[in-house]
Amino acid sequence: MPADGTLAAPVSAAPRASSLQRLARRRSTIAFVMTLPLIAVIAGLVAYPAGYAIYLSMLNRRMDEFAWFLNYEILVESETFWLVVWQSCLFAVTAVVLKALIGFWLAHMLHHIPTKGQRKWRGMLLVPWVIPPALSTLGWWWMFDPTYSSINWLLAIIAVPPVPWLGEPWWARVSVIIVNVWYGAPFFMIMYLAALKSVPEQLYEAAAIDGATGWQRLRYVTLPMMRNIISITVLFSLIVTFANYDIVRVLTNGGPRDLTHLFATYAFQVGILSGNIPRGAAVSLFMLPLLAVFAFFILRGVTRRNKEMA
Amino acid sequence: MSASAAAHRDLPRIYHKVGSLRAERRWALWTSYASLVVAAVIFLAPPFYMLITSLKTNAEMADLSGNPWLIREVTFEHYAAILGNELFLGFFWNSIKVTVLVVAITMAISVLAAFALSRMRFWGSQALATGVFLTYLVPDTLLFIPLYQIVGGLGLLNSTWGLLLVYPTLTVPFCTWIMIGYFASIPKELDEAALIDGATWTQMLLKIFVPVALPGIIAATIFAFTVSWAAFVYPTAFITTPDEMPLTIGVVSQLVRGDTFAWGQIMAGALLAALPPVVVYAFLMDYYIAGLTAGATKG
Repeated sequence: MPADGTLAAPVSAAPRASSLQRLARRRSTIAFVMTLPLIAVIAGLVAYPAGYAIYLSMLNRRMDEFAWFLNYEILVESETFWLVVWQSCLFAVTAVVLKALIGFWLAHMLHHIPTKGQRKWRGMLLVPWVIPPALSTLGWWWMFDPTYSSINWLLAIIAVPPVPWLGEPWWARVSVIIVNVWYGAPFFMIMYLAALKSVPEQLYEAAAIDGATGWQRLRYVTLPMMRNIISITVLFSLIVTFANYDIVRVLTNGGPRDLTHLFATYAFQVGILSGNIPRGAAVSLFMLPLLAVFAFFILRGVTRRNKEMA
Repeated sequence: MSASAAAHRDLPRIYHKVGSLRAERRWALWTSYASLVVAAVIFLAPPFYMLITSLKTNAEMADLSGNPWLIREVTFEHYAAILGNELFLGFFWNSIKVTVLVVAITMAISVLAAFALSRMRFWGSQALATGVFLTYLVPDTLLFIPLYQIVGGLGLLNSTWGLLLVYPTLTVPFCTWIMIGYFASIPKELDEAALIDGATWTQMLLKIFVPVALPGIIAATIFAFTVSWAAFVYPTAFITTPDEMPLTIGVVSQLVRGDTFAWGQIMAGALLAALPPVVVYAFLMDYYIAGLTAGATKG
């Protein structure tokens, strides 16, 4: 990606040394040099691996022969893979919807209380987001322990029979979602709180003068003003949740009977643990189309927002 | 005459409305506090329970008769054991080493690039800024298999150097992105004044942009720190020898073994491992939140 200045520089007009000096002093050359490490990171560690992943996914298991789309075909025909697809979508959609709703509710509640106390509450409620998820999931794992579950102990107080949190497929799915919602809801809360604070107070005053009810204020003032942030956050979270790895790895490791695997954990299992690197690469590449769609809409939302703010 | 009558007729209704508004507001306040208390209890329960577990004796943990959320006999034996564990101290040292270096590399790369991208337009700069944002959206689980091959090809599997190579993919895009936002918000008049006074680009960056955008730099540093401290996929894939493991995977894979779960030690280890980000958060909360929200609200 040559800087515009290097192409336009009058190389022939002046003696070589001075033209080089002039080139080095050009704004665009300096800028290009400054961005060079960034370009190296993006090209070497993101773009190249992405291309390499496509190449890898088309090799055979021993990686000595080109097998074209064999890995993809095998995956599409395998029942486990479709379970992974289904579980990933179920997990991402349910978790993100819950996170968004809880986050929205809490942001509203936080916005309503006097400003003086908001800092304290916000500080407490963001704690799940701050702890590295791999470590807090260990705590959850212990809380879900079949014999010593402290959650079941609480449930027993209200006479609920013990829940087999991680032993039974549907409960395992629910557990994974619970932990993800617990971890991610604070993030939504903080984003929505920031967005709520940016809605001008005059709009609410105008709505109040027009006799708007609380619901109407939410529907016709708050939501339209927050629309972009809401969509950006939801899409961003969809990407991250869809590609989640740590919670499932620590909590269930894909079990029981491979029924809680997500794309990432399944790719890990196939690619690294079972040593079938091409097929693992193919599994994670299946995420790409969906992620690309999400990314496109996020980018659109961000540009739109920038235009609004400009 | 009729107008004043109408006003009289309306007055009580207005008063009534004001009264109900106040009651409504009080009610809303109570709902707010109630929801926040419930949320805080649920959000803080797991870390609280981890703390409780780490302070219990093994005998008390195995005893099913009592309330698991309470503690009868406080013991620090698990902390003593974990802090005397060479392996665990090694995890800590690896995490510190990798995190400090990655933060330094990230900040150098992203401040320079953000300065160039926000102030000096050049061919492709707009596309590059968009590319930065797009790479931020690429999750680490998408590319860990080709990176595994690449890192393996360089002979850096099972080495913290390999982590040093790949962690910037997690931190650099976002840090650059929010630094572009912070730098772009600095008024152009400032750099024009500096240029008139004959400042070079380096002087401009170090004497104007860095000091003025310091809150942004702190926010980006905190982000880079928390992300590389919590990174899990890459170390899980690239590191299998315990000596080279950073904390996250070390605690998850090495302390949890076999059927005899040493829960007290696991929880003590996990809490100690989570301590640095929590401490940073406790002291620099405003910067932390600024960095978190900057991605979507600035930029």
